[in-house]
Amino acid sequence: MLAIGRRPLRPSSRPSSATIGLCPPSTQVWNFLPKNLFEQFRRIANFYFLIIFLVQVIVDTPTSPVTSGLPLFFVITVTAIKQGYEDWLRHKADNEVNKYPVTVLENGRRMGTESEKIKVGDVVEVNEDETFPCDLILLQSTRDDDTCFVTTASLDGESNHKTHYTVPDTEKDLDSLSATIECEQPQPDLYKFVGRMHIYKTDREPEIRSLGPENLLLKGATLKNTQRICGVAVYTGMETKMALNYQGKSQKRSAVEKSINAFLLVYLCILVSKALVCTTLKYVWQSKPGQDEPWYNQKTQREKETNLYLKMFTDFLSFMVLFNFIIPVSMYVTVEMQKFLGSFFITWDRDFYDPEIQEGALVNTSDLNEELGQVEYVFTDKTGTLTQNNMEFIECCIDGFQYKYRDAVSELDGFSATDGPVSKLQEKAGKEREELFLRALCLCHTVQVKEPTGRGQDHTDSMAGVDGMEGCPPPHEQTGFIASSPDEVALVKGAMRYGFTFLGMESKKMKIMNRSNAIETYDLLHVLNFDPVRRRMSVIVRSKSGDALLFCKGADSSIFPRVRQEEVEKIRVHVERNATEGYRTLCVAYKKLSPEEYARADADLQAARLALQDREEKLIAVYNQVEAGMTLIGATAVEDRLQEEAAETMEALQGAGIKVWVLTGDKMETAKSTCYACRLFQRGTELLELTVRTLEDGVRKREERLHDLLLEYHKKAVQDVPPTKPGGSRGWSKPSQDFGFIIDGASLSMVFNSSESSSSHYKNLFLQICQNCTTVLCCRMAPLQKAQIVKMVKCSKGSPITLSIGDGANDVSMILEAHVGIGIKGKEGRQAVRNSDYAIPKLKHLKKLLLGHGHLYYVRIAHLVQYFFYKNLCFILPQFLYQFFCGYSQQPLYDAAYLTMYNICFTSMPILAYSLLEQHICVEVLLDNATLYRSIAKNAMLRWVPFFYWTLLGVFHGLLFFFGVRFLFGNPALQANGQVFGNWSYGTIVFTVLVFTVTFKLALDTRHWTWINHFVIWGSLCFYVIFSFFWGGIIWPFLKQQRLYYVFAHMLSSASAWLVIVLLILLSLLPDILLVVLRKPLGPRARQRQAGESGAGGPKSSAQPLLMRTFSDESNTVV
Amino acid sequence: MMASSYNAKEEDGHITVSGPGTLKSKKPDNTAFKQQRLPAWQPILTAGTVLPAFFVIGLLFIPIGIGLYVTSNNIKEFEIDYTGTDPSSPCYNCSVNFSWNSSRPCSCSLPFTLEQPFESNVFVYYGLSNFYQNHRRYVKSRDDSQLNGNVDSLKSPSKECEPYAHSDNKPIAPCGAIANSMFNDTLELFFMDPNGTRIQIPLTKRGIAWWTDKHVKFRNPGGDSANLTSVFQGTSKPVNWHRPVSELDSDPENNGFVNEDFIVWMRTAALPTFRKLYRIVQKKSHLVPTLPSGNYTLEVVYNYPVRSFDGRKRMILSTISWMGGKNPFLGLAYITVGAVCFFLGVVLLVIHHKYGSRNNSADIPN
Repeated sequence: MLAIGRRPLRPSSRPSSATIGLCPPSTQVWNFLPKNLFEQFRRIANFYFLIIFLVQVIVDTPTSPVTSGLPLFFVITVTAIKQGYEDWLRHKADNEVNKYPVTVLENGRRMGTESEKIKVGDVVEVNEDETFPCDLILLQSTRDDDTCFVTTASLDGESNHKTHYTVPDTEKDLDSLSATIECEQPQPDLYKFVGRMHIYKTDREPEIRSLGPENLLLKGATLKNTQRICGVAVYTGMETKMALNYQGKSQKRSAVEKSINAFLLVYLCILVSKALVCTTLKYVWQSKPGQDEPWYNQKTQREKETNLYLKMFTDFLSFMVLFNFIIPVSMYVTVEMQKFLGSFFITWDRDFYDPEIQEGALVNTSDLNEELGQVEYVFTDKTGTLTQNNMEFIECCIDGFQYKYRDAVSELDGFSATDGPVSKLQEKAGKEREELFLRALCLCHTVQVKEPTGRGQDHTDSMAGVDGMEGCPPPHEQTGFIASSPDEVALVKGAMRYGFTFLGMESKKMKIMNRSNAIETYDLLHVLNFDPVRRRMSVIVRSKSGDALLFCKGADSSIFPRVRQEEVEKIRVHVERNATEGYRTLCVAYKKLSPEEYARADADLQAARLALQDREEKLIAVYNQVEAGMTLIGATAVEDRLQEEAAETMEALQGAGIKVWVLTGDKMETAKSTCYACRLFQRGTELLELTVRTLEDGVRKREERLHDLLLEYHKKAVQDVPPTKPGGSRGWSKPSQDFGFIIDGASLSMVFNSSESSSSHYKNLFLQICQNCTTVLCCRMAPLQKAQIVKMVKCSKGSPITLSIGDGANDVSMILEAHVGIGIKGKEGRQAVRNSDYAIPKLKHLKKLLLGHGHLYYVRIAHLVQYFFYKNLCFILPQFLYQFFCGYSQQPLYDAAYLTMYNICFTSMPILAYSLLEQHICVEVLLDNATLYRSIAKNAMLRWVPFFYWTLLGVFHGLLFFFGVRFLFGNPALQANGQVFGNWSYGTIVFTVLVFTVTFKLALDTRHWTWINHFVIWGSLCFYVIFSFFWGGIIWPFLKQQRLYYVFAHMLSSASAWLVIVLLILLSLLPDILLVVLRKPLGPRARQRQAGESGAGGPKSSAQPLLMRTFSDESNTVV
Repeated sequence: MMASSYNAKEEDGHITVSGPGTLKSKKPDNTAFKQQRLPAWQPILTAGTVLPAFFVIGLLFIPIGIGLYVTSNNIKEFEIDYTGTDPSSPCYNCSVNFSWNSSRPCSCSLPFTLEQPFESNVFVYYGLSNFYQNHRRYVKSRDDSQLNGNVDSLKSPSKECEPYAHSDNKPIAPCGAIANSMFNDTLELFFMDPNGTRIQIPLTKRGIAWWTDKHVKFRNPGGDSANLTSVFQGTSKPVNWHRPVSELDSDPENNGFVNEDFIVWMRTAALPTFRKLYRIVQKKSHLVPTLPSGNYTLEVVYNYPVRSFDGRKRMILSTISWMGGKNPFLGLAYITVGAVCFFLGVVLLVIHHKYGSRNNSADIPN
């Protein structure tokens, strides 16, 4: 009576405790603060400011610790609140997951417990519509046929009900079951699982049952159409496949951040050199007699006794502290806030709202907003991204005869036999072949009929992947088909049009209704699943008559070698023509298995399925063995329509100087025609092909041929093209000849995996060719190869910014690899969306996302960064210059309040408002003139030249402020009553000029004045004035020195101060105004040119005529 | 990892929560702000708008500058250095023989001549050079709460005042380096009447400090009416002072911490070369200039040593305009900026005109 679920033995050891929840509760309320602080101070910037603060506390420094402590405190608090909030949300989510009530069977009793307490080996009971709390091996189901239905929509987006099977021959009575389970180490692949179950019976040898993915119920999946199941937990907590799949999302850093870091380094150098200069000069100055310690300014005893070198060091630190404001602590907050708040504009954008899926854009990370404006390479998936993944059966070919529906009306009652296939050529294949073909379509698939009743209904309605029968109402009931691949649905629906309806499956019996409305049933014996390597799938069924039939469908390349060759030719013509028209083609073949053959296949399949090691390989070997010597019946063509505005979007992207690479798993011909349809390949594009076809000329080895072709293409595309100016590659001059490059997966792996020495050489050649082509098409790509390509481009010279866009699970790797990953909320599930940085409903939204939002965000943040450095440079420079006039004594020029408030209050809000609202060019213009995107390419606003300009401007302003006031103070008697001003008045005048100039400079740069900008800009200035009055108007009891008492008011009472303030502000802004005027004459012309260029594209032609051109373009292909 | 699992949960939420209400709310609001369509003023700086601005600035600044320059030039200023570095200088002896301990004050007199009469009020400044009143150690060496009349601070001055906080175990009032080094030369002016008589020019010592300083920031402990001598009982005078703070002036309104000379000194200068207001020569009548041209004598009681740090002492007589003392800088700066603007305006106009016509001609073939 031993309870089952003894601790599973694993082939290798692993930690035995498995009581971890999905995510271990990491922070508690009590340790949140220290943990959070520790985390925050691990950031290099925060740590730097902490050090500065500590120096101020420890060493006798010119400014009080408050001046840097307050901003730091502010920053830390804001971040802590934000992170605390996120933590709280996460806690809530964790609790929901970890404290989820579950029922566990223990010693025959049912116990309620929490999901995080499930241990490996516990038997868990799950009811209908509940999600599985951990990965379970299905032991018992309430369904008669020992199956249960599961939907994994939340895992991989496939909304169809998957059937899972109980471990065969387990006891109905779980109490009496005694078994051990061996299974592999936890691994993230959702579709792979290998295990073995030993069932001990009292009187017999232990029985061994193999366990496969069909026995494993994954955490996160939901039980459907089954009342209750019992399963034994095999992976819990962090080891579940779901948890393993969410790891490894790496942090992406934007190029702007890298620029910031570079600039920071420059400013850090400036800071250190300033401090060094001052320290050196201080000791030089002090070496003159009488300077260091005049009678009026004696040192304290302690100061006198301090070691000289220690004093030098503390002096150096003091100068560092005095000038530390040059590296603004507030910039990080402002940048973070800008990114965080700015990303809302993407979610809020109604243009991204898709009424079909009732959703708008989704922002998963706000760190990369500006990167959207910097994209140089777009890697796009084809299916579901460029195309709608909304398959429609177009035509088929049976025995070389074409069958095509032309009449839309006849589609409606395609069911009736009288409307049978309309042959264009008035030639038909034999009726028998026809029906065999249609039966094959009806049987060879994994489609499920959506049950019209049951609770699954409302659920599946909202899910992607459901392909109901819109426009094709079935005669008797409102059924729909659910399948993981839309192609299959299209095929089943296509067969229905011709009179064969798939009615569904009942306990391994497939029912179809034939043309004469009779119901045929077939026993489903085996499903030889589809996989991307074999590129085909088969079913073995037994007909009423007892014949075992194998139906196989798959890509032409994988079917043709496995059928009798004499049939191939007549069908190949159709397939290739269909492919060039942009249809997805599949070939259908069948084979009658003799009883002996079937018996052997059955045995082999069973054996392979039970294998614990290399099960995949063994299965594939058996599959290959079974799927041989078939007879080709026909081919199908399914159309995958282009996404709305796909061509316009691609054209805009290319106009913006972005290179578009199409990475698809699809066939070359199909992909090529899609490229033509999307206008990625133009009529004049010369195609360079590097595919298996071009590599095989029969005479030489592939490697040699590869070498030759690469060199030839390289010569053509790289060497013979007049070199464009470096950096100006996105300039106005278009290369005289457009090149398109096509490569397939096999050739690519040859390029990547050829012998050591040549590999890098080939890779290099390949990359150079690709970079000189306007469009690159990579077809037949495995997901990993997609990521490989992205990585190759990402790491190439100049490290261009890459963007990947895709909708399916197969795009996840490239989405994660690229700088910016974009998921399309398409039909292939949520996997891509979940792993993306941004998700949009449709491809067409990419245009606005890049050209509109991306451009604006980039301009905003680039200006924000430059401005921040600028304003702090001209803030600190006068303070530095003042050291030359105060004996290098670290006397601050400004009062502590001004030092503290400058970055927090006086100048931070206008730039934040600017960086959120600025539209230097309005969005419509940006969208209309894609070429404007080129103007900010290659991080144009954050390169060294603009940085140098801003720095120069900061230096100029700083010098002007300081010396302007310095000359005014040549005679400090500035009041009309002859009274004099002191050093705090000096500082206040400089500071006033500074605040006004810096704000006006921003106002001058603002092109888009909303009321918020007005409010914030004028508000900050008013606030400064009011604050100064207030601060100087009261004797503050907590201040040690009333430095600013009435200083500001006295300054305003002096006409000279007014005059100098006005003069200096005006003079500071003069270069900027001048630049605007000098630059302006170029403006209109540039705009005209842009307008002319975009106009030259001609009226937007529809995709169809271009599609037609593909035939003539074939001749351009270099073979 | 935590974040991602949180996302996962969110996704689950998506699936369980479904209903028309939640779906509908996902449509972004159509507000101008959220759609980034706030009405906005989009100023474009063009040559057309900027060029007139240049001319206006030019035309405005040049007259202002000329006005300022003339005003500054009309200010009469006379400056005399009485440091006594040169052996021929009358104050040479005083400066050489200076000693902190000497009880007898050293006096010297410097004759000078005013070529032009000084009309209206004349302001007497003393100027110091190479005196770092803005040195950090110096600037912070004061106790504002003591100066504001706080009795506690009087008894225990702030640490900032070190090493001028205590002497002979008694707190120093006023403490700190600034107060300790208060300028204590006495300057007196005598007009040498052509007929030989020496007429002392009356110098007003009130109204030289900021009103707010005198009446709010600086206050004697114990209020206005208190007896200063008793108030400052138990405190020590600054080491370099000759008299305690309660004996700075005979006028009770101008004694102790509210002594205006003291307040003026306590406002630390911005630059190492500075001047501070010392006295005012009030204008007497419209008919006679305040200081007629002629010979004068400056009588100095030389108490303040500056030679140890290469300093200089000056006495400055100056009239004042609405813009303060004499300073040609503002006028010149305004004239320069105005002229530059005007010049730029002209250049830009020419460029713009030329460029504009070329642009037009280029447009025609299109």
